[in-house]
Amino acid sequence: MAAAAGEVRLIGGWPSPFVLRARVALNLKGVEYEFLQEKFGEKSELLLRSNPVYKKVPVLLHHDKPVCESMIIVEYVDAAWAKSGQAILPADPYERALHRFWAVYIDDKWFPSMFGIAKAQTEEAKAESVEQAWAALKLLEEAFEKLSKGKAFFGGGTIGYVDIALGAYLGWAKVIEQMAGLKLFDEEKTPLLAVWAERFCAHEAVKEVMPETEKLMEFAKMLRGK
Amino acid sequence: MAVEVKVFRSWGNPFSYRVELALRLKGVAYEHIEEDLSNKSTLLLDYNPVHKKVPVLLHHGKPIAESLLILEYIEETWQENPILPKDPRERAVARFWCRFLDDKCLVALWMSCWTEGETQQNFMEQAKECLHLLEEELKGKKFFGGDSIGMVDIAASSIAHWLGVLEEVAGISLLDEEKYPNLCKWTEEFLKSDAVMECLPKRANLLALFQTRKQAISSVK
Repeated sequence: MAAAAGEVRLIGGWPSPFVLRARVALNLKGVEYEFLQEKFGEKSELLLRSNPVYKKVPVLLHHDKPVCESMIIVEYVDAAWAKSGQAILPADPYERALHRFWAVYIDDKWFPSMFGIAKAQTEEAKAESVEQAWAALKLLEEAFEKLSKGKAFFGGGTIGYVDIALGAYLGWAKVIEQMAGLKLFDEEKTPLLAVWAERFCAHEAVKEVMPETEKLMEFAKMLRGK
Repeated sequence: MAVEVKVFRSWGNPFSYRVELALRLKGVAYEHIEEDLSNKSTLLLDYNPVHKKVPVLLHHGKPIAESLLILEYIEETWQENPILPKDPRERAVARFWCRFLDDKCLVALWMSCWTEGETQQNFMEQAKECLHLLEEELKGKKFFGGDSIGMVDIAASSIAHWLGVLEEVAGISLLDEEKYPNLCKWTEEFLKSDAVMECLPKRANLLALFQTRKQAISSVK
């Protein structure tokens, strides 16, 4: 269902996994939107006005009214365009609770350990972060088995809430894998997730908006240079 | 008749309080199971293997962990006295403030009371900024949820009751009536609710609990 021009705008930056989440959700629902790319290093007036509490992307503007925080945006998109595309969250309250639980876990536990690998100053610190990241992925592998019920995604036959939460980090995960010389989504350690990762990146709603690994590598090098 | 709803909780814990308050607001009967957090039961560890924390809600034998997620589940399962608005955008705003409380505000308030020196000053500055944002959000409203207690109010219950105790134990003042008149009025209105008062831990008991903890920390130095 196409939105009227100007009705839906997304403030964001191309490298941000959080922005990617919002874009995938909008794509899944077939919503047309204007992407307002923020200039790196500068925050626009519109962003500061729309998200005065955190001053961060992404911000979804629907009829000029802002919605902030990536997974809150995803849930909003699911509800506001409930009649379009497939449901992002399941209908059953208990299943919804499980999906929300793993999305929170991904942000609170997995992302810091993955980011920790990149930030580590010593080999010991790096090794510790790697162990934590693998341990978290092992739990997510079990969660995938339970939630997917033998199908392709955490959401079952289609991309769902947890797929978006975790999948958005895949671009950066590849960068960290290359920089650190290791595999995070390892076919031996987490075989289901290794396959899922490829499948997610190849999905129609994702492949056009997932940033290319080379571009992210350049961006990361630029950040490190600062 | 078997009780369908059980709550694993700890009496002084504001996060498990949220769950009990939501159930009471909706008139849902439940059994609470008291956990000694220094000696957690095998049941709790089985039901919340990832975080090993309270609260955990058990409904028809299925466990749900994380207080804000439990509140969402309660709202979706029992429709009386809704704690979230119907409109998707207003729901998004409510969720935003709930996350703000957990990610920024309550952490700053808590750490202001347990740290000292420059660290404490920094946390107190952050806490005041957070309280200011909540003060603004309350403008013209009786509750964050509007005319009745909603999810944000429930999430903010530690400000209405636990904060005063922490301030006393730490010897600091954060919730200043002159600076935050809306928040102070909100506290009064919140504490008028029967559901709120029914399961609120006694102030004297919380004071004793936090004083003991403060002494334990001080004696380690």
